[in-house]
Amino acid sequence: MSTAQPSAQGAARGAVGSRLMAGPAYEAGYERIEDHERRLRKRPTGGAWLIDVIARSGLRGRGGAWFPTARKWSAAAAGSQGNAVVVINGSEGEPLSAKDKLLLSLRPHLVLDGAALAAESIGATDIILYISRDPRGADKALARALAERRRTGAQEPAITVVRTAHRYIAGESSAVANRASGGQSKPKFSVQRTAEKGVDDRPTLVQNAETLAHVATIARYGSDWFRKLGTEHSPGSTLLTLCGNVKHPGVYEIDLGSPLGAVLDAIGGPASPPPGALIGGYFGMWVPANLIPGLPLDPERLRAERGGSLGCGVVALLPQGACGIVESSRILAYLAAETSGQCGPCVNGLAALSDTMDRIAASNPQSGDAQRVTRWIGMVRGRGACHHPDGAVGQLASALQAFDEHLASHLAGRRCRGVDVPGFPQPPQPGAGWR
Amino acid sequence: MSQKVERRLRVNPILCDGYGYCAEIVPELIALDDWGFPIVSAASIEADDILAHARRAVGTCPRLALLLDESTARPT
Repeated sequence: MSTAQPSAQGAARGAVGSRLMAGPAYEAGYERIEDHERRLRKRPTGGAWLIDVIARSGLRGRGGAWFPTARKWSAAAAGSQGNAVVVINGSEGEPLSAKDKLLLSLRPHLVLDGAALAAESIGATDIILYISRDPRGADKALARALAERRRTGAQEPAITVVRTAHRYIAGESSAVANRASGGQSKPKFSVQRTAEKGVDDRPTLVQNAETLAHVATIARYGSDWFRKLGTEHSPGSTLLTLCGNVKHPGVYEIDLGSPLGAVLDAIGGPASPPPGALIGGYFGMWVPANLIPGLPLDPERLRAERGGSLGCGVVALLPQGACGIVESSRILAYLAAETSGQCGPCVNGLAALSDTMDRIAASNPQSGDAQRVTRWIGMVRGRGACHHPDGAVGQLASALQAFDEHLASHLAGRRCRGVDVPGFPQPPQPGAGWR
Repeated sequence: MSQKVERRLRVNPILCDGYGYCAEIVPELIALDDWGFPIVSAASIEADDILAHARRAVGTCPRLALLLDESTARPT
């Protein structure tokens, strides 16, 4: 199966909720500014009022961390003397995720409205649109959208496009600030947060593209409307990329209050009974088959009940015959290669873990490998300048837990047929360069 | 009530090259991992003699990667 592609299924089936993706069907493609403004009306003007409305809406960032958006805006606004920067983070480094590319391709004006609203609300003079060099990217749609806004005389700060090599961690906020300041898209170690000292040392709001699109709807319809979907602590809808063993892979807009089973039912279900699933992407959490139907997607409950996160909204179902241990070690190998090479524990620890997991996945372990893996998972966690090592070992640790019985068979040297099954869309070749 | 200053060692893992001097100077607060990089205790430093060693470790690091974080904690 190929990498999850934007698909018409979400809109056609009206999976569970349709807000960001309301309007023309996916196959109608790009929505022009005239159609966008006729459908939604012109956006209001941002300001302190909007930070209050967002706070009441309970919106959390859709880039992966689910941080309360209003708190992030307040921090940037507090530091801004009218000189802040808003960065639209559309870099989408997660190989299994397609939602930001889809959103920027089909509804660019929703995202750009959200960025303009953010700039007005926090006191920013510049907007940076940060995207990866990606052949499947939204470059064409964005160039067209920016030209339309100039032509129609949109009252908003200048929007500059900054590109990065497609790297897993290029979207981490300090890496974004680094790249947008003219450097490499590698994370930085800083005592100050990006909100205080980011692009060119100015107060900077780095916000995921989808989050800004939600802002554009909340500014128009209000916080009560936003809360009609989702749960008390995780309100609203979200874009989910469903891939792997599903009949109709693609990007769907779902109600955050729905359990995974209901979402799968609404989109046509798995292609065959999945032996497990990866939730949240390569930094995510593995769940065994029996937990899939009832799994909450609401990030609050997911953390409380399963200790995991929805991350950037990826749900990948394992194909039949595929092995979670093998798949997890393939992802680990990719993440080890995607280190920015700056921090000793990440560079050495992920490489050592990956070598060991390769042996375990091949059912060819050396004596002590299981103990080494446990020891190194604990040793690496929390020791990088960014969360790359934490995400990588978290994914691994959850696989070892979700598939513990099967792991014992690998450790006992019993051959696993999963090594011959392609599993998920394969991790891409690690990127080259950091600009 | 007076405000209490909390002091902790922190390492900048990007600058650190794993020379390991810090773990020799203040093993009470720093251990080395399997690759020779420092694992720094997150505990607030209380004893004066340990604090003196911690300051010496900060001054000795050839990469200037070790910091002494001083923050004023609100009295609880």
